[in-house]
Amino acid sequence: MSERLMELLLDSFWKILLPGLTATIPLTVIAFSFAMVIAVAAALVQFAKIKVLRQLCRFYIWVFRGTPLLVQLFVVFYGLPRLGIVIEPFPAAVIVFSLNEGAYCAEIIRAALESVPPGQLEAGYCVGMSYLQTMRRIILPQAMRTAFPSLSNSLIAMVKDTSLAANITVTEMFMVTQRIVARTYEPLALYIEVGLIYLLFSTVLTKLQNMGEKKLNIYEEQEA
Amino acid sequence: MLEIKQIRKSFGPLEVLRGVDLRVEQGDVVAILGPSGSGKTTLLRCVNFLETANSGTMTFDGETFSLDRMTRKDIARLRKKTAFVFQDYNLFRNKTALQNVMEGLIIARKMPKDLALEISRKALQKVGMADREGHYPHQLSGGQQQRVAIARAIAAGPEIIFFDEPTSALDPELTGEVLAVMRQLADEGMTMLVVTHEMGFARTVSNKVIFMEDGVVVEEGPSREFFRNPREERSKAFLQTIRAAEMAE
Repeated sequence: MSERLMELLLDSFWKILLPGLTATIPLTVIAFSFAMVIAVAAALVQFAKIKVLRQLCRFYIWVFRGTPLLVQLFVVFYGLPRLGIVIEPFPAAVIVFSLNEGAYCAEIIRAALESVPPGQLEAGYCVGMSYLQTMRRIILPQAMRTAFPSLSNSLIAMVKDTSLAANITVTEMFMVTQRIVARTYEPLALYIEVGLIYLLFSTVLTKLQNMGEKKLNIYEEQEA
Repeated sequence: MLEIKQIRKSFGPLEVLRGVDLRVEQGDVVAILGPSGSGKTTLLRCVNFLETANSGTMTFDGETFSLDRMTRKDIARLRKKTAFVFQDYNLFRNKTALQNVMEGLIIARKMPKDLALEISRKALQKVGMADREGHYPHQLSGGQQQRVAIARAIAAGPEIIFFDEPTSALDPELTGEVLAVMRQLADEGMTMLVVTHEMGFARTVSNKVIFMEDGVVVEEGPSREFFRNPREERSKAFLQTIRAAEMAE
């Protein structure tokens, strides 16, 4: 490997990592937090079979799971200005990623809620607790334990998906890489480099997932 | 203390309870016996509103309610005076033994934490589980889980405890420890309504037996009499089957 290439890779590493810290990670953290709130709410509404809201949730999940993320980004960022709704790139990305991720995670959490044995709710009633108290203290914590591995996978997938935000001019890692490539004509080395940085992020998250699972294992059924 | 009149319950076209009457006095230990599918468990679940009966009335502590028209408030109020022990324990899987007992006291009854802790430890001690208070349900045997469930039931000082086949999910060698705890409660004067297949328990601990078949009460009366001189043909047939099964073992 030539010295020039080495230098370029080293130099660009920090240039790519910086938007990783200022765009990719904040986008992931903010959007995933919103997604969790949306997902828990949508899952609970469906689990509790609340009439009209339930239909609304089904519709929302149907739309956001059934259309490409890239299309959703374009509709919000390039389409909505037609209606006079102009949103800055970063907030637009947060909105789309939150809604998209929320739809997937809602299904994960709903399935996890349904996997909690009905006897847990009945036991809650029988010690005098209300539906909401039992949901909050007993059912939801157990469901979140069950959902944890799947939710972690979603989070890791989302870190990688944030590269799509480059398409709506969010200055994140991939966009910065493209710019450097345009200047230096080293696509192979640089795209591999940015890939490795995504891999680094994913690896850290996977490690955190493993640690989290170990911690949550305290009350897991051995045979389950 | 507790009186049920003409309770009816159907699941679709299947009529599981066809007008059952029931009377429990304070301090009674009533065993509900009968073959599988006779409606015993459904009766118990209706009395604690885990199922909604189609009709019937219930009188508890001098108040009378229509079982098919219960308000959420009344249900919540009545449940705080009762406790339920399930066949498959239903301990909260995300809570330790101690937390299982404390949960209802702190959350439902808004008891101060130190008082709840004191009461819960006493309850666990009573069922011989004090040394396992930090264990999660999956770390306990079936018999131990059921004893914790009984501790959870007695902790809130209920006026009556409903037991739904409390030993049916247990290996035979573990039923003894649960029955011993129940016997102790009975000796202390706890009012208990017990759906059971344990004839030994029904014979020696309960003072009253209700024998059900096909959704109706076939015979009821003092335990001693029921086992010595059953009046109804179907009771006799049932007891004979049981005896034959016990002999075989």
